[in-house]
Amino acid sequence: MSTTPPVDAREPGLDPASADWQRVSPTYIVVDLVSNALGMLIVVIATTVSAVVFGPELPLLWLLPAGFLVILIVVCALTPRRVRSIGYLLRDDDLLFRRGILFQRLVAVPYGRMQLVDITRGPIARAAGLAELRLVTAAAATGVLIPGLPLDEAERLRDHLVVLAESRRAGL
Amino acid sequence: MSDPTPDALEPRPDGGPRADAFIDGQWHRLHPATPFLRGGLGVVAVAAVIVANLREQLLRFLFPENFCDADREICFPDDPLVELANSGNLVLVLLAAAAILVVVVGAFWLSWRMHAFRITDDVLEVKSGILFRTHRQGRLDRIQGINVTRPLLARIFGAARLEVTVAGQDANIQLAYLGGATADALRREVLRLASGARAVPSAEATAAAVASGSTSLIDRRIGELTAPELDPDLAAPASVVRMSPGRLVASTLLSGALIWLLAPIVAVAIVLGSTSAGADVWVAAPVLVVSVLPAAIGAVSFMVNRVVKSLRFSIAATPDGIRVGYGLLSTTNETLPPGRVHSISVSQSLFWRPFDWWEVKVNRAGQSTSQGASGRQNTTILPVGTRDDAFRVLELIVPALEHDELRALVSEGLGRGAADDGYTSSPRRAAVLRWFSWRRNGFALSEAAVLLRRGAIWRELVIIPAARVQSTSVRQGPLLRSLALASVHVHTVAGPVSTQIGALDRGRAEQLFQDAARVSVRAGVADRSDHWGSPDIAEESPS
Repeated sequence: MSTTPPVDAREPGLDPASADWQRVSPTYIVVDLVSNALGMLIVVIATTVSAVVFGPELPLLWLLPAGFLVILIVVCALTPRRVRSIGYLLRDDDLLFRRGILFQRLVAVPYGRMQLVDITRGPIARAAGLAELRLVTAAAATGVLIPGLPLDEAERLRDHLVVLAESRRAGL
Repeated sequence: MSDPTPDALEPRPDGGPRADAFIDGQWHRLHPATPFLRGGLGVVAVAAVIVANLREQLLRFLFPENFCDADREICFPDDPLVELANSGNLVLVLLAAAAILVVVVGAFWLSWRMHAFRITDDVLEVKSGILFRTHRQGRLDRIQGINVTRPLLARIFGAARLEVTVAGQDANIQLAYLGGATADALRREVLRLASGARAVPSAEATAAAVASGSTSLIDRRIGELTAPELDPDLAAPASVVRMSPGRLVASTLLSGALIWLLAPIVAVAIVLGSTSAGADVWVAAPVLVVSVLPAAIGAVSFMVNRVVKSLRFSIAATPDGIRVGYGLLSTTNETLPPGRVHSISVSQSLFWRPFDWWEVKVNRAGQSTSQGASGRQNTTILPVGTRDDAFRVLELIVPALEHDELRALVSEGLGRGAADDGYTSSPRRAAVLRWFSWRRNGFALSEAAVLLRRGAIWRELVIIPAARVQSTSVRQGPLLRSLALASVHVHTVAGPVSTQIGALDRGRAEQLFQDAARVSVRAGVADRSDHWGSPDIAEESPS
C-alpha cells in the first residue's frame, strides 16, 4: 500500500469536488469583515494616537500601527475567500461541513448522532438578518458551526435536522 | 420535602436484602454509618488528637491523688484545663461540650434522614441536604457504568459506595454509603432495569443471596473482607487475566517513572564526575542525595501506588457487561455495560517490547470521579498484560473480534507494520513528519471498527467501534498540503485515547473519511446495545 503512492493530478488541497455545496449568505462577508475589522481598527487607532503623541521622541513607534494595519488589510482581503470556503451539504445519512482555505477542515456528522441543534445570533449578524447554527454531538471535537445563514433558512434547517435526528436516533 | 418512608432494608443479620427490595419505587435510606464514613478518617484523626492531648488531663481528673507531679510538686498551673478543673466550672463546660455533641450528632442523623434514593423503571433518583436540598435524577438507559467502591474504613464497617456513571460532565450519581450486600443487590437491579430485560432474576440467585447472609455477622464481615468479589448472585465470574506480581512490579519499573528516577541520578553523576568534587565521595554523596531525593520520592510513591492498586486486578465478563476490579485494601469494582466503551487504545512502550507487554485504555462517555479507592481515572482496563491477555480483554470489549478478519487486523496492528498487512500506511514522503513511524502509521477499516495504528517507539493501536463514532473529520494545514498529506480525526467522546491519525496520503485520507462516515452510520443504526438485555436481542448480546 505505502510502496506505491497514488499519483494525484489534482492540486494538493482537500476537495471532494463532486459535491455541490450549500454556500452561506454573501452578506456574511460583510458581517465577518465588520466583526473582524472592528477590534483591529480600535487597536490601530490606539497605537496611532500613541505614535502621534510620542512620535517626535520615538519614531520607531510608528511601526506598531503600520504593522497592525497590514494585518488588518490582509485579514480583510482574505475574508471573502474564507467565507466562500464555508459550505455544508445534507447527504442521505449525514451532514457534511467544510471550511478554511489555509487550514482546511471537512466534517461529517451522522444525523443520528446529533444531540443538540442550536441557533445563536450576535448583534452584527442580527442587524444583517443572519444567524449561526451549531451542531453538538457527544464528542466535543465535532465542533460544527455553520455561520451566515439567513434566519428563516437557519430555522428551517434546524427543524429539518431535529426531525432527521429524531428519526435516526441512536444511543451514545 | 416528603418524609422518606422508613424501611428495613439495611443490612440485617438474619439475611441479605432481597433482590427486588429496591425497585418498589419507594424512597430508601443509606447505611446508618454514612455520616461517620463520609467524615471518614478526619473524624477518627480529630478524635485521636483530642484523646491524645487530653489523656493526661483525663487521668489526673479521674485520679486526683496523682494530680500534681509527685516528684517536682508542679501542678501545671498554666494549663487552662487544669485551671478550669480547679475553678469548679468543669460541670458547666462538660455540659456545653455534651450539648455540642448532641447537636453534631443530631445534624448527622438529620442529614442521614434526609438523604434518600429510589429507583423507578426509568430513573434513579437521589435527594439530600438539610438546608440546601439537592434532587438528582439519572436515566437508567443512559448509564455508562456502575462502580462499587469500598474504602478501607468503609470495608471494616461492611459498607460500600455505589456510583452510577451517567453520560455527561459531572452527571454521576453517588450513593455513599450502602451496606455491602445492599450495594451489590442494587447494582444488579439497576443493571437489570437498564438492560431492558423485565424478567425477575432467577430463583436460585435470590436463594444464594439469602444463603450467604445466613451466617453470623462476624463471619460475613470477615467473608466480605477476604472475598475478592462480593457478588453472591453471580457465580463469581473468573477473571480472564491473571495479574502476576512479578510482571506488575517489573512493568512498573520499566514504565516511564523509571526514567524520572534515573535521569536525575545520571545527570548529577555526570556533573559530579566532570568536576573535581566527584573525586571526594564525602562531597559527592550528599549532593547526589539532596538533588535526587525529591524526584526519587515522587517516582517511588507513584510506582508503589500503581503496584498496590493493580495487585488484585481482575476483569471478567458478566451478563451485564465487563466487570473490572482493582485494589488491595480499598477496592473498586466497576461494571461497564456492553457498548459503553467508545474507543480503545492498546499501547506498548519501548521497554515493554522485549516482554511483549501491553496496556489497554478506553474512552468512556461518563468519567467516574471516585478517586477514593482507585486513585486514578478508571480508564485503564488492563494495567499490563501479555499479548494474549490483551486479546482476551479486547474480546470482552469488542464482541466483533470473534470474526477472523478483525482479529487479524488487530493482530497486525500490534506488529511492527509491513507493506501488505491490511493497513493503509503513510507514504514515504511522510517520513519528514513521522521519522520512525511512517511505515507503521496507518489505518484499517472493517465493518465493525476503525483501527488506527501509530508510533514506532511507543506503539499504539486505537480501536474505535464503528457504532460509537460520533462524527469524522479530515484536515489539512499548509505543511500537510505541501506534502499532499492530510490527517483524519474520528471523533468519539473525550478521554485518554486520542482518535486522530496524521500524515496520511491525501487521497487515502479522503477515502478513510468517506468510508468511516459510511460505516459508522450503518453500525449506528444496527447498534442495539443501549438496551442490551431486551428480549429481542438477547441471543446476540455479548456475554
